[in-house]
Amino acid sequence: MKKETLLEIRNLFIEGHYENRWNTIVENISLSLKRGEVLGLIGESGAGKSTLGLAAMGYTRQGCRLASGSIKLEGMELMGASENDLRDVRGKKIAYVAQSAAASFNPFHRIIKQYAEGPVRHGLMSGREAEKEAVEIYDRLFLPDPESIGYRYPHELSGGQLQRAMVAMAMSCKPDIIVFDEPTTALDVTTQIEVLAAVKEITQKMNKAALYITHDLAVVAQVAHRIMVLRNGKLVEEGETRGLIDHPQEQYTRELLNVRSLREEKEDSDRLDIILDIEDVDASYTDNVNVLEDISLTVRRGRTVAVVGESGSGKSTLARVITGLLPPLRGRVTFLGEELSPKLENRDRESLRRLQMIYQMPDTALNPRQTVRTAIGRPLHFYFGLSKQEAEPRIKALLEKIELDPDSYIDRYTTELSGGEKQRICIARALAAEPDLIICDEVTSALDQLVAEGILTLLQDLQNEMNISYLFITHDLATVKAISDKIVIMLEGRIVEQGTKKEILAPPYHEYTDKLLASVPEMDTDWLDTLLAERAKIFLEEDTHI
Amino acid sequence: MFASLKKAPLSARIGLCIVLINCFVALFAPLIAPYGETSVVGNVWESFSKEFYLGTDHLGRDLFTRMVYGARNTIALAFMTTAISFLLGTTLGFVAATKGGWIDQIFSRGIDIIMAFPTLIFALMVLSVMGSSTTVLIFTIAILDSTRVYRLSRAVAMDIEVMEFVEAARLRGEGLWWIMRHEILPNAMPPLVAEFGLRFCFVFLFIASLSFLGLGLQPPLADWGGMVRENAGAITFGIYIPLLPAAAIAVLTVGVNLIVDWFLHLSSGLHE
Repeated sequence: MKKETLLEIRNLFIEGHYENRWNTIVENISLSLKRGEVLGLIGESGAGKSTLGLAAMGYTRQGCRLASGSIKLEGMELMGASENDLRDVRGKKIAYVAQSAAASFNPFHRIIKQYAEGPVRHGLMSGREAEKEAVEIYDRLFLPDPESIGYRYPHELSGGQLQRAMVAMAMSCKPDIIVFDEPTTALDVTTQIEVLAAVKEITQKMNKAALYITHDLAVVAQVAHRIMVLRNGKLVEEGETRGLIDHPQEQYTRELLNVRSLREEKEDSDRLDIILDIEDVDASYTDNVNVLEDISLTVRRGRTVAVVGESGSGKSTLARVITGLLPPLRGRVTFLGEELSPKLENRDRESLRRLQMIYQMPDTALNPRQTVRTAIGRPLHFYFGLSKQEAEPRIKALLEKIELDPDSYIDRYTTELSGGEKQRICIARALAAEPDLIICDEVTSALDQLVAEGILTLLQDLQNEMNISYLFITHDLATVKAISDKIVIMLEGRIVEQGTKKEILAPPYHEYTDKLLASVPEMDTDWLDTLLAERAKIFLEEDTHI
Repeated sequence: MFASLKKAPLSARIGLCIVLINCFVALFAPLIAPYGETSVVGNVWESFSKEFYLGTDHLGRDLFTRMVYGARNTIALAFMTTAISFLLGTTLGFVAATKGGWIDQIFSRGIDIIMAFPTLIFALMVLSVMGSSTTVLIFTIAILDSTRVYRLSRAVAMDIEVMEFVEAARLRGEGLWWIMRHEILPNAMPPLVAEFGLRFCFVFLFIASLSFLGLGLQPPLADWGGMVRENAGAITFGIYIPLLPAAAIAVLTVGVNLIVDWFLHLSSGLHE
């Protein structure tokens, strides 16, 4: 039986208004979507995926316009349709799931009330009926306590649960098409699976069509039937998922596939100096609950130690203890052979200089009112007493080191840079202090895959050149595989396992490490199904035991 | 700056004109005014004529001259008071936000206590005890006003203080002053500048009302609020004279507010 075509986009051009003129941001894209089909849209940020996803609903962000082409939704032309007609279609026939559920829910209303808003406004059912249906859908999306979970407020749910509640909300008017805009990007690997399973449930069992937008090829491989690779608003390649992953035609697609490469191994030799030594550290924010317990680890010169764990495992707290922002309750931190004072205020400038930090969010880690010159120049002045003239050549040399053109970047304000460039400036700022150890707190998780890859390679090159050590905090095992020498796995404030990369990433695995490893999507289209089937089996077995 | 001035809406341009004219008059008062600030030159409450452009006041002084000097005294006083209150309020507010803990508690509760008194009553009390000299006037109003500035700057700085670039500066070992001056202040500027405009208006009106009650600038110095009071009796005889300084107060207030509105608009990033 031939399935009906639900969405048909032909020769679509979308323009954005900036630099005082209209610029094409989506160029000549055509696509069609049939019932029961999932189409993956993939590309870096700025590729126009979200713009295209929103255009499928006849919507554009402020400052954009649909320039030409046609968007047909179940035979109805959305180009030039009136606001009223569009309002009738949105939610009812096509719905949207945003990237950050936490930011998209209204914190002052219960989840289920927000669920009921759509169907009630569209006049499909009463509030009570909607709530009854909500419970059913919550159940189908594997939310715990489907009966009562809807009556909680958004802040009472975890990130993964919220994202699923959001998917449920998109389902409330029983649309035929759902647009998923990076629904798992903000989640860690184990919660990502819950959401992917929910997406699969909807598209396969409920026979809906979906557009799935992401920058992660491994994720889209799990859910999509066909994939379109976009770059700078243009189509690079399109094909069936399996074919595209096994035999990519274009160079760019191959790059997207290849980014997760391993680096050559270095031995964690005992002969190297110990840079950082942490012994039996306990730490806590309040008096009664320890966020960190019994943490001991060492970092050697020129080596990278990765601290891995889910969010809430205490990895960032560990960084706060090392930097002195949070004095530990117990234990010692020794840096370059000297015990560090637990409090930041009591540390001397020299030890501050030799321990630098790079943050997760380059947007907030740089002062928006400073130029690149000030941001990088300040540590030079502060630690080495260089005057403005003396600092200038050093700043330029540092910019060259981070592969940015000194003359065109030095006078820019930090707000005029892209995310990847900002992160490079943060690296240069840390390097300016000529440190022995840099703590990298999730430095790539806010960046696109290719940009992140660039940052990791840069860090790698700098380490080889300057023999710096890194303490690399991350939840992303792919990053860990790519850069680390030693791995420390954390769970609920404790270290569950630590050792060299070989020891940790080869069987026999520790139970929790195994779970983390298994949760990283692989470039294998059957990976999710196999994993879910396995977990269901274990679940059933446990059930029968009881 | 000039580029955004070109795009400024009409209302902002009008506001800017009003403020610039007032500042010009205030700066060059002795050159513009035809008579001395306190010299009696005609009869009481004369109507306008070639000799006295706006007529004369209740003692027979030239009203135009008084208005010009009034602009000088009132604006200078209000500006100085606002500046001092900002210096005080933002410094304390930033320190409280960056330091936190008991310093924040002491500052904030102290400010709460001052704010618990109605400002006018508090000012009247201080001024009647200490005597109404210009210095006392400036500092009393500045301290009262700095409580509001403190509240705002503390709240704004709290938001900035949690940003990672402040943490980065702290980890670098920067001192309190540097963090306040280079990391927090530049980012707090938009709301603070807007607040400066509003505060300036309030101070200006506050001085006017104190003068009206007889505790502001003391005669024979000219100031607009005082001039309204001195000539208030004239209104019963159908003489327009007290309305002129009152109108001057109103026009300047509106002018400053038009500029503030425009600035708020710019800094909030709205373009419609």
